[in-house]
Amino acid sequence: MITVNNDPMDWRDGMTVADILKARNYIFRMIAVQVNGELVPRGTYDRTAVPDGADVQVIHMISGG
Amino acid sequence: MTIAYDYKTRTSYTDGAAAQKAAHKVLLQHPFEPSLPERGYTNRTLHIDLSTLTVTEKAVTQQMKDIFVGGRGFGLWYLWQAIKPTTKWNDPENDIVISPGPLAGNTQYAGSGKSLVVTLSPLTSIPVDSNVGGYFGPLLKFCGYDALEIQGKAARDVVVLIDGPKKTITIEEAPEENPDSHVAAEIFTHQYAENDKDFVNVGVVSAGKGADHARIGCLNFSWFDPKRGAVRLKQAGRGGIGLVFRDKKIKALVVHGPKLKANMNNAVNFERTSKVGRKLAKEIHDFDDQQCKMRSIGTAHLVEVMDAYDLLPVHNFQYGKHKDIDKIHSTVWQKRFTQGIFDGCWYGCHMACAKGADCHKVMTGPYKGHIVTVDGPEYETAAGLGSNCGIFDPDWILESNFYCDTYGVDTISFGTCCAFAMECFQRGILNLERTDGLDLTWGNGASHVELLHQMARGEGFGLLVGQGVKYMQEHFAGKGWGDLQFMRDIGMQVKGMEYSQYQSKESLAQQGGYALTNKGPQHDEAWLIFMDMVNNQIPTFEDKAEALHYFPLFRTWFGLMGLCKLPWNDIEPADNAKHGKDAAKVPEHVQNYLELYAGITGKEMTNEELILQSEAVYNFQRVFNLRMGMGGRKSDWPPYRSMGPVTKEEYESRAERYDKQLKELIGVDPEGKSTEEKMALHRKWREDRYNKLCDAVYARRGWSNNAIPTLETLKKFKIDFPEVVEVVRPHLG
Repeated sequence: MITVNNDPMDWRDGMTVADILKARNYIFRMIAVQVNGELVPRGTYDRTAVPDGADVQVIHMISGG
Repeated sequence: MTIAYDYKTRTSYTDGAAAQKAAHKVLLQHPFEPSLPERGYTNRTLHIDLSTLTVTEKAVTQQMKDIFVGGRGFGLWYLWQAIKPTTKWNDPENDIVISPGPLAGNTQYAGSGKSLVVTLSPLTSIPVDSNVGGYFGPLLKFCGYDALEIQGKAARDVVVLIDGPKKTITIEEAPEENPDSHVAAEIFTHQYAENDKDFVNVGVVSAGKGADHARIGCLNFSWFDPKRGAVRLKQAGRGGIGLVFRDKKIKALVVHGPKLKANMNNAVNFERTSKVGRKLAKEIHDFDDQQCKMRSIGTAHLVEVMDAYDLLPVHNFQYGKHKDIDKIHSTVWQKRFTQGIFDGCWYGCHMACAKGADCHKVMTGPYKGHIVTVDGPEYETAAGLGSNCGIFDPDWILESNFYCDTYGVDTISFGTCCAFAMECFQRGILNLERTDGLDLTWGNGASHVELLHQMARGEGFGLLVGQGVKYMQEHFAGKGWGDLQFMRDIGMQVKGMEYSQYQSKESLAQQGGYALTNKGPQHDEAWLIFMDMVNNQIPTFEDKAEALHYFPLFRTWFGLMGLCKLPWNDIEPADNAKHGKDAAKVPEHVQNYLELYAGITGKEMTNEELILQSEAVYNFQRVFNLRMGMGGRKSDWPPYRSMGPVTKEEYESRAERYDKQLKELIGVDPEGKSTEEKMALHRKWREDRYNKLCDAVYARRGWSNNAIPTLETLKKFKIDFPEVVEVVRPHLG
């Protein structure tokens, strides 16, 4: 189990940041992702593995409006 | 890029322009001495009374600059002095104030061509402010005025011309020109420019025939697009300013400014402004294609984003997504917008998001068969005229976008009004007999546009729709067609103004972001849905209250300065993510604004001082509402549809989410309960949360528990003038 923006989410072996974004339908382009407090560089989401128990923050920049 | 059609092809309206001008009758010609600003201010404003045909100048005092700053602040201050607590929107003393703000008109920093329009709103009966692009405001300033006030009413249709090169202000009767804005703006531009090269130095404000009758009437501000050879339009949309304008019998305000040069604001440190402007321009150049694609799609890039996050208004805000979203996807608009043309609504704006859909062949109404350039649609228009009314046909969205603009009708309010009427039709509150035969089934684009034609003719059911949601609620209930409380639950208005186009049911902070606003539910105060609902980064009432303090005030500042919000956070620096949870504030861009302000005015300022500038004006506007009889906690109460599911269908469309909330957040097992029982539990919980949010926000803002700024708060912001204290004191006990 991991948490994504403080909500629990099932974890599976080999899960990447890109998998989480896809599962959550996070299609907005202006986001910042942190895994256990570490910023994940853009362009590396599909090769950044997320460990079990991780705290994942997907910060959507405000935009809109 | 190859453009497969001739984007310069469009119907021309200038054939009779010279003859129409010859029919003008000059009522007043007033000489003036043009001047350029110093440090962003010209230090005088222009007052015109159309009843008495008098023109006067007023000095801008240091106190005005210190407290009200400019733009929206100047507008509110002048309106306060112009009207009484008993004034109605159509009384002659109602004022229309247009003020560009001290940073407006600079060509160094993107998004610096805005004007703020303030008047007493026919929709809300309180002051409204509307932020608009186009050339009028900056050119007004470069003729020598920090603001233009129009009071009184003309006897017949007039044009007011402020001509800098000719050093004259003229009021002329203009009996023959068609007031519809795509025609009027073109004709008046041609009439008052010296020659083709001079078109860019003319700005026209107009409102079409819809604004003759509709409380949701807007103003169109023009700008000349040299590449297309077209006069384009931007709208001061909210609050019915167009109706006030036409009620004063103004056909157009025209400014003819001097030829533009660099540094016409006479900045204290021009290089400082240029440096920060170049930095932003490079960011836009380097990153926009990977970020919001504002240069190719404008704000319409948000359509599918809102759908993906269940935030798109569908069928009068009942739902947040729709299966036909691909039909109005941003890629559809990208193909409709002519690409490769610089679409900036003021010089130097590299964001260039004022997209134009060229070669639209008008399908209905008085311009059927004409070829026109449609300005937009922006996101709000695509969602309001599209998904919220169940219309997923781009041609009908463009058609109603075109007619809204040229008739002078606000696309946001019109979308929300139609969506309300369509839901009433769905639920049998309306029927064919009550709509004069118009079939308002979801998705009926032809009926949708016919409502606009009726509005412009001042007849039929369209005229009723044009009076706004609040009026319709009371009218339908008065006729015995439907239950008033139900219509209040589904009618998306607060303070009399219609909601803009975002679902707020699952974001408590955004419910406050809409309903706790001063003028009514417009997203330009606070857009907190991602921070709250998606990022889950402001979980407590106090966190939300802090966001509802900072963001509305930060955004208010754009309206004081004459700036556009979009270059703040629809583009971000490459390393913005390093700010983590503060990234939403785009700290580097905040610093840019402080640099720009200091560079032009010579005043150094901190971020905290920036917020304080806004806070004075924001509190003053809240007191102004109170003065006009609206204020207190009850005026901040939203319709239940913005808070939660009103109908069974809405609940069941998100049953999994709502049942989970019952169990985990409300502490009730949903098993065995009817949908109605579950909805009642939700309503109680959601309304209670909203009340707690109000408590927290009022405390953070320095207001009483009844949403009244306290005397200490007025004193803190130096707005404790006797007449302001007099308004507030009886409400503080």
